[in-house]
Amino acid sequence: MIDTLRLTVEEASGLLERGEVSAAELHRAYLDAAARRDDELHAYLCTVDEPAGEGVPIAIKDVISTKGVETTAGSKILAGYKPVFDSTVAARCKEAGLPLLGKTNMDEFAMGSSTENSAYGPTRNPWDPSRVPGGSSGGSTAAVAAGMAPWALGSDTGGSIKQPAALCGVVGLRPTYGTVSRYGIVAFASSLDQVGPIAKTVRDCAHLYRIIAGRDPCDSTTVELREPVELPEAEDLRGLRIGVPKELNDAEGIEAGVTESVGRAIGLAGELGAEIGECRLPRSVEYGLPCYYLIAPSEASSNLARYDGVRYGLRAETNGDVRTMYDRTRHDGFGDEPKRRIMLGTYALSAGYYEAFYGQAQKVRTVIREEHAAAFEDFDLLVSPTSPTVAFELGARTANPLAMYAADVLTIPSNLAGLPGLSIPCGLSDGLPVGLQLIGPQFSENALFRAAHALERALSFDYVPERLR
Amino acid sequence: LFGRMTNEMAISRDEVLHVARLARLELSEQELERFAEQLNAILEAVGTVSELDLSDVEPTAHPLELANVWAEDEPRPCLSVEEALANAPDREDDAFRVPAA
Amino acid sequence: MFCRCPVAYFEPPNSQTCPVCLAHPGAMPVPNRKAVEWTILLGLALGCEVAPHAVFHRKNYFYPDNPKGYQISQYDEPLCVNGRVVVPGPDGESEVGIVRAHLEEDAAKTIHVGGAEGRIHGSDRSLVDFNRAGTPLVEIVTAPDLRSAEQAKRFLQLLRQTVVELGISDAEMEKGSLRFDVNVSVREAGEEEYRTRTELKNMNSFAFAARGIEREIERQIGIYEAGGTVEQETLHFDPSRVEAPPLRSKEEAQDYRYFPEPDLVPLEPDPGLVERLRGELRESPAERISRLEHEVGFALAEGLVTSGRDELYSRTPGDRSAVANVLMNELASTGVDPASVDAEELAKVIERRAEIPRTAFMEALAASGSPGFSAERYLGETAIADVSELDPVIDRILGEHGSQVDAYRAGKEGLLGFFVGQVMRETGGKANPKVVNERLREKLRA
Ligand SMILES: [Mg+2]
Ligand SMILES: [Zn+2]
Repeated sequence: MIDTLRLTVEEASGLLERGEVSAAELHRAYLDAAARRDDELHAYLCTVDEPAGEGVPIAIKDVISTKGVETTAGSKILAGYKPVFDSTVAARCKEAGLPLLGKTNMDEFAMGSSTENSAYGPTRNPWDPSRVPGGSSGGSTAAVAAGMAPWALGSDTGGSIKQPAALCGVVGLRPTYGTVSRYGIVAFASSLDQVGPIAKTVRDCAHLYRIIAGRDPCDSTTVELREPVELPEAEDLRGLRIGVPKELNDAEGIEAGVTESVGRAIGLAGELGAEIGECRLPRSVEYGLPCYYLIAPSEASSNLARYDGVRYGLRAETNGDVRTMYDRTRHDGFGDEPKRRIMLGTYALSAGYYEAFYGQAQKVRTVIREEHAAAFEDFDLLVSPTSPTVAFELGARTANPLAMYAADVLTIPSNLAGLPGLSIPCGLSDGLPVGLQLIGPQFSENALFRAAHALERALSFDYVPERLR
Repeated sequence: LFGRMTNEMAISRDEVLHVARLARLELSEQELERFAEQLNAILEAVGTVSELDLSDVEPTAHPLELANVWAEDEPRPCLSVEEALANAPDREDDAFRVPAA
Repeated sequence: MFCRCPVAYFEPPNSQTCPVCLAHPGAMPVPNRKAVEWTILLGLALGCEVAPHAVFHRKNYFYPDNPKGYQISQYDEPLCVNGRVVVPGPDGESEVGIVRAHLEEDAAKTIHVGGAEGRIHGSDRSLVDFNRAGTPLVEIVTAPDLRSAEQAKRFLQLLRQTVVELGISDAEMEKGSLRFDVNVSVREAGEEEYRTRTELKNMNSFAFAARGIEREIERQIGIYEAGGTVEQETLHFDPSRVEAPPLRSKEEAQDYRYFPEPDLVPLEPDPGLVERLRGELRESPAERISRLEHEVGFALAEGLVTSGRDELYSRTPGDRSAVANVLMNELASTGVDPASVDAEELAKVIERRAEIPRTAFMEALAASGSPGFSAERYLGETAIADVSELDPVIDRILGEHGSQVDAYRAGKEGLLGFFVGQVMRETGGKANPKVVNERLREKLRA
């Protein structure tokens, strides 16, 4: 009997190498776990019964195109759509021999922070099924937390890997923009979208990042890594300068339990030899959210224009002309959140408003980059809570879009700057996981892995949800 | 969390309708009502970016400063006609069929 | 442009597509280096400056032939700007400013079926073929410097010739690899400002464009003379019904919401590349027209250059005007590719055109493009101009037709044609008519 709740990828890989289990048995074990728990959690939109590959199986967020396997991005408008091509990351996983377990649930078009915006129903948090797993990669983080996948791919635009990783008590990396191919990722906001790994441990994340990272000729915005991905070994943080951005740690709305857990982790970092100091990101935090909610919807309004009922996906029946067909198809196919963002973005790009909104937001983005660059003159890494709160109740924020948007207030600033961020669980607050966000300069993934690995060991957080132990 | 808010109506009902038309989204009366209200709240919140005087700041279109990324002019195999049309909601022979313009 | 599908004009529908040009979810554009270089090359040929930093933008609008819901184009930072071209005309040269030459992607093809075949109005459905979607397309915008339909046509022909000579495109209007929209406005002589313009679309030949512009000029003048005002609108001409009035498009007011394409990075052409491309430029068609005009006059010079025959003209020795005329008329009618012709041999054929029968001349021209063509051999084999060869034939025919000879000598000189015909028949059309005429006259006088 394989204990999928505890098994790390490295351990699973050892079992395979030693011939103690076959890849098919391992795959089956995770699908069995899903059969037991996913009726309640709904992390998967579909599972794959016929695995191909001899490695450790993987779950893939439904925003990532998988040839021949339905890819809906959590939207009704893509119901039944089976890609005729693999995304580059899916192809790289295939080449690495990772059998596909299934496609994970998500907020529609990755727009959301709770996975409640899925057209196929919400995913629930394995730590407390009355609560959300975070989002938009909530299906992937819940699957990993509940032992229904050893690792998973997610995507992160404003915090969609880091925030649900925090809420589900797992590790999630949002890589440096441009290090992982977006080819075949159903686009939300092109200048922000990044695919990244989700797993139970930092080392497992590093393994998966090694598989997916690197320049892709099919994505003009990718670059080669500056150095190969290293598996972290370090047990201390000697010589590391860690900055604690005041605004990210004191922001309005951060729960006391979160501050406490994060404070303890920062203290522990000091004990491990890191030099801790305060730094400032005033405009990044104050204007990050507004900036993000102009740039991301603007790009989304254009990226989602291709869902027109002509070549694939839903087409509404009408007796009218092609415009009526468009209007009705998009009305019926998109949920409220994509509609809000499409309209917001269309407005922000429209004649007379471009300069005040999109143009201005791009300039704010420059300010945010510069503030972060200045912070990295004095520090190697920055830390803060990943999410201001632990997992909230289902339905708590669905009526108020602004409240939902605020869930990403701490992850958005560094995302706008194109920086990598890693969330690791650092403790519990009211029995729910708290995430610690580590932010580094561009291409500093190895440094993030080293620091997070040392902290992870020192924190010895038990990633198995208490109710499932 | 979104900074200070102002009390002006950021977007009128007619503007919401206009935007929906540009974005090719049908809206029912109730939807129009609801979205107009929500968009107003969101626009008020995001409108705070205009508080900053950034006239000397260059815009960031991209977090990475790259240029001249291209591919050589070498044709690659195409999809078969069947693959191209595999997901088509409607087809006529080997073409995608849509209602008249 | 942004995918690697081959350029296709006549392939079966939807057989030349990929996830990128079908705008499948997640597919991403990658620019074609050659298309970028060719745009720079064309820009240089049009006297443009090449931008050190150029950006692709998204132009957002919904239409079934626009699969992504946006076209990747260039907006305020195009590759080539501020050019000018000289347009030689019968009354001297004029200058046309080139505002910009930018790179974008072509749309798919939509066929409207049901109702009046092929027309938007009255059709009940449309069929979309994405083969053409994503083909690289250079859009060139001129300044409002063209003053007549004639001049516009002249400019377009020069532009086409430039594109063809650079090897960028065959620029064939029937295929759609060259298309143009013309903006027309009229004003009183001496008036400074331009008045409201209308845009003419769908024109598929130079002649059609010229006619369309003329009619539009007349229409606008008519409106002003009747005290009306011209509306800014787009007019679609139906090429199959040249006399029909233009169709007004009922396009809604557009707001394209241009913004920098976040899936692409800027183009920053290397100065070394620009200089290398500049070095590839040869004498422009306009320059060649001006040069040849002194030799053969404007009309022939323009004809030679815009039909791509001036290179052969320059290679072919002999009387300038004779060579030019033969190239533009007889040789053109044979369909021989000028590039395949041996100019020295062609010169010999042209030199002897007065001495040989027209049919033989035309046959020699038609053969002039074949490898190893020799005028000497061909004309020797075909046209018999040798008197010692012709005389026995002529003598025999005069001997056989004694009564006609008598009649001629009695004053029926019209019979000369009869004798010429007999000789031609006897020689299988190969006799040189000029020589035959001379010999017949001489012998009949005797
Ligand atoms: Mg254009
Ligand atoms: Zn293609």
